[in-house]
Amino acid sequence: MTPEERTAAPPAPRKRSPRAGTWAVGGRGVPLPLLLPALLGLAFLLVPLLALLVRAPWSGLPEQLTSAGVWQALRLSLICATAATAVSLVIGVPLAWVLARVEFPGRGLVRALVTLPLVLPPVVGGVALLMALGRNGIVGRWLDSWFGVTLPFTTAGVVLAEAFVAMPFLVISVEGTLRAADRRFEEAAATLGASRFTAFRRVTLPLIAPGIAAGAVLAWARALGEFGATITFAGNFPGRTQTMPLAVYLALQSDPEAAIALSLVLLTVSVAVLAGLRDRWMTAS
Amino acid sequence: MTTRDRTESPARETGAGAGLDARLVVDRGSFRLDVALTAAPGDVVALLGPNGAGKTTALRALAGLVPLDGGHLRLDGTPLDRTPPEGRPVGVVFQDYLLFPHLTALDNVAFGPRCQGLAKADARERAAEWLDRMGLAAHAGARPRRLSGGQAQRVALARALATRPRLLLLDEPLAALDARTRLEVRAQLRRHLAGFEAVAVLVTHDPLDAMVLADRLVVVEGGRVVQEGAPADIARRPRTDYIAQLVGLNLYRGRAEGHTVRLDEGPSVTITEELSGPVFVAFPPSAVTLHRERPTGSSARNLWQCEVAGLETHGDRIRADLTGDLPLAADLTTAAAAELDLFPGAKVWGSVKAVQTHAYPA
Amino acid sequence: MTRMAGVGAAALLTLSACSSSGDSSAADPASSGSGSASAGQLSGTVTVFAAASLTESFTTLGEEFEKAHPGTKVTFNFGGSDSLAAGINSGAPADVFAAASTKTMKLVTDEGAASGEPVTFVRNQLEIATLPGNPDKIASLKDLAGPDLKVVLCDKEVPCGAATQKVLDATGLKVTPVSYEQDVKGALTKVELKEADASLVYKTDVHAAGDKVEGVEFPEAAEAVNDYPIALLKDAPNAAAAKAFIALVRSDTGRKVLSEAGFLTP
Repeated sequence: MTPEERTAAPPAPRKRSPRAGTWAVGGRGVPLPLLLPALLGLAFLLVPLLALLVRAPWSGLPEQLTSAGVWQALRLSLICATAATAVSLVIGVPLAWVLARVEFPGRGLVRALVTLPLVLPPVVGGVALLMALGRNGIVGRWLDSWFGVTLPFTTAGVVLAEAFVAMPFLVISVEGTLRAADRRFEEAAATLGASRFTAFRRVTLPLIAPGIAAGAVLAWARALGEFGATITFAGNFPGRTQTMPLAVYLALQSDPEAAIALSLVLLTVSVAVLAGLRDRWMTAS
Repeated sequence: MTTRDRTESPARETGAGAGLDARLVVDRGSFRLDVALTAAPGDVVALLGPNGAGKTTALRALAGLVPLDGGHLRLDGTPLDRTPPEGRPVGVVFQDYLLFPHLTALDNVAFGPRCQGLAKADARERAAEWLDRMGLAAHAGARPRRLSGGQAQRVALARALATRPRLLLLDEPLAALDARTRLEVRAQLRRHLAGFEAVAVLVTHDPLDAMVLADRLVVVEGGRVVQEGAPADIARRPRTDYIAQLVGLNLYRGRAEGHTVRLDEGPSVTITEELSGPVFVAFPPSAVTLHRERPTGSSARNLWQCEVAGLETHGDRIRADLTGDLPLAADLTTAAAAELDLFPGAKVWGSVKAVQTHAYPA
Repeated sequence: MTRMAGVGAAALLTLSACSSSGDSSAADPASSGSGSASAGQLSGTVTVFAAASLTESFTTLGEEFEKAHPGTKVTFNFGGSDSLAAGINSGAPADVFAAASTKTMKLVTDEGAASGEPVTFVRNQLEIATLPGNPDKIASLKDLAGPDLKVVLCDKEVPCGAATQKVLDATGLKVTPVSYEQDVKGALTKVELKEADASLVYKTDVHAAGDKVEGVEFPEAAEAVNDYPIALLKDAPNAAAAKAFIALVRSDTGRKVLSEAGFLTP
C-alpha cells in the first residue's frame, strides 16, 4: 500500500514533490517492462475520471448544481468527513501508539482486528454498527435507555459510520510511522525527566506529525466517499444523513446526468482539498 | 536473580554514600553483563572495551533504560534500581546526540528544566545560560540539523547538564565527529568534565578519548571488568590482549623465577625485575630489533627465530607482524626494513633487551 | 451493492444448475407445464435479467425449466431494475428481461432492445411492514404519521419509493420518515433489525422476510399497483429457449409459484 510505504520513511527529512522532466532516473532510461505497466496503471486510474468529464452534461450543469439539495449534501459531507477524521485522530492516534509501543499478548491479533474494517464490505460494517450501536444493539440499547441517545438516522450516526470505515487507514499509517520513528528520542526525553505521556506529547507527536497528517488525509478522503456503512447505519435523509455519495447513488437511479454532475462536485472538492493540504505540508518546514 | 546474594565488593569504597555505587547485572540470554562501578563526586570514569563488551548496556542500565536483573544502583546514597529513567537525577549525552529535530537548540536544552517543572520562561533562561557557557549563544535559535557536529555535541552536553544531574553519562561522546573536530571537542569536553561536580561516566572504545577525559578507566570485556585503574597505570601494565593492543604493547603471560619468565606460549624471557609466580611481561614493538642472520655480538638476552607474516606502514614506521617461537609485533624504520629486505615469509631473528621489558605480577 | 449481490447469486445458481442438470437428465421432458410447442429441442443457456424481488420465485421456476428441458441452463442476473435496464441498453448479453415496473421496461423498449411488446405477468403492491407482533398497533396507513413512530420509506428515485409517493399523494397523508432508503431491501432490513418501527415495502418482500416482520395490508395500496412486465430481448442469443421460459413464467405453474411468493397474478 503506497500510503504505508510513504509514511514508513523516517519523518525528519521531508520529501519534495518530484520535479517535472525526470523521465531519466539518475541519467538512465526507465526500463520498458516497468514503464509500460506504469503507463497502463496511470491510464487505468485516470481514464474513468476523464470519461466522467467528457460525458458530463456541461450545458445543464449550472442548473443541476444550483439546486439547494446539492449544497446541503456537500456541506453535510464535508462536516461529517471532517468530524469523522477528528474522531479518528482522538482515538486512533493513541491506539496506534499502544499498538506500536506497548508489548502485550495478542498484539498481532489486535492489530489484525483493527484493520478488519478495511476488508469488510462497508454495508456489513454498517450492519455491524447497527448490531452494536443501533436501537437494539448490544451497546446502543443502553445508550437509549440510560441517556435517551439513539444513533441510527442521525448526523452523529453518519460520523460514526465514516469513522468506523476510515479510522483503520489512520491507525495503520500512524502505527507505521511510529514503528519507523527512532524510539531513542523517547528515551532521550525520559532521561531529561519527561514522563511517557510528556515524551509522547512533546517529542513523539511532533516527530510523527507528517505521518499523522498523511493518515488523516487518507481517512478524510475515505470518509468523504463513504457510502455503504453510512446508508446502512444512518439511513438517508436530506440535510441530516444524506451525504454526497448517497445523493449520487440515488440520483443515478433515475437521472444519471444529475449523478455525474454531483460526482463532479465531489471530485472537484476533494481534489482541491487534497492538493491544498499537500502544498501546505510540502512547503512547511 | 541468583546472583543477587553474591559477595559485592566494590573495587573502591566511597565515603558515606556520596557518589555512585553500583553493581549492574543484566541478563540477555547468551550475554550477561556483570559490572561493578563506584565513583566519588567529581570523578570521571571511562568504560573502555571492544564492541559488544556491554559498555553501552551498562550505561543504559545506569540511565534506567535497561532494567537491572540483579545487583544494585545507589547514587548519593539513594537506591535507584526501581526508579524509572525520568525519575533519576541522571543526564545522558547519546552517541548521535538525539537532539529533538523539531526544537531549536534553546528549546532542546530547556526541555529538561521544563520537565522538572520550571515555567517556560525560566527554563529558557536556564537553557540560554548553558548555551552561553558552551559558547553557543549565537546558535540558540538554530534547529539541530543546522548545527555542525561539534556544536550539536555541545548542545547535547548542555541539554544533559541543564537538568543538574548527579550522574552524567556520555555514550561515545566523540565517535560521531571527524578527526579534526574531535581534537578540538575533546579538549572542550575535558574542560567541562573537569568542572563537573558530580559523577561522570563515559563509554568509549577509543583509548585516547578514555585517557584524556577520564581519571579512571574501567576496562570491560565480555560483560565483565577485566582491569581498572588510573589511565597511566593501565597503559603501563595491561592485563589483557585487548588492552595491550590498545596501548600498543606486546603482552605475554608466564611464570617468573628470578629474572626469567617462562612464557605460557613456550620460550623464556629475561627481565630486569626479580619476581616469582604468575606474571605479565610487556614490551613495545619499537623495542624489537630484527636481524636476517642470527646476531652474535648482541647484548640482547632475548632472541627468537621468527617468520614475517605481514607488513604495514604505521605512521612513519613499518610494523611487522611476526610468527614463530613467539608471536610479536616489531616496529622498524623504512630504511631498516629495506636494508633487511623483508617480505612476508622471510625468516628473521628478533631480539629484545631485558631493560626494555616490563614485568608485573598477574 | 445490489448488483454485486445479484451477480453472486447468479453465480451460485449457475453452480447449482450445473450439478443438478447431471442427475436430472433422465427426467421426462413431456412433463413440462410450459405448454411450449418446441419442448425437447431446446438447449443452451437462457440468461434472464430479473428484478431483485423476483429472486426466490424465478429461481424456483429456473429449476423447473431445467428439469423440463434437459440440456438447458437458466442463468439469472437479479438486481435493481434500473441497473439491469442500463446493462441491457449497453449491450449485456441477455435473453429475457423481467422488470419491476413499466417505467424501467420502457427504458429498454425505448432503445428498441426488446422484441415485441412486453407483457405484464404479475403485479405487486405495497404493504406496511411492522415489527413482529405489531407492538405499535399499526392498523392503517395513517397510523404511520404518528409522531413517535420511526418509519423508513424508499427514496422516491427508486420504484418502491415512487409507489409510496403515489399512495401518499393520493391519500394526502404526510409521513415524515427518519430515512429514505436506497432500495426496498434497505427499507425492510431496518425493520428486520428493529431500528425502525415500520416501513412501506412490497407484499412480496414482507412475504420473503418470513416472521422477522409482520405485514399490514391497507386499502390505499390499490393506488399504486406495480406491474411487472417481461419481454424477450431483440439480441437474445437463445431466443427459442427464452420464449419457452417466458411461457413457463406465464403458465399455471408460473402463476402458482409467483402467487406463493406474494405476487398478484393478473
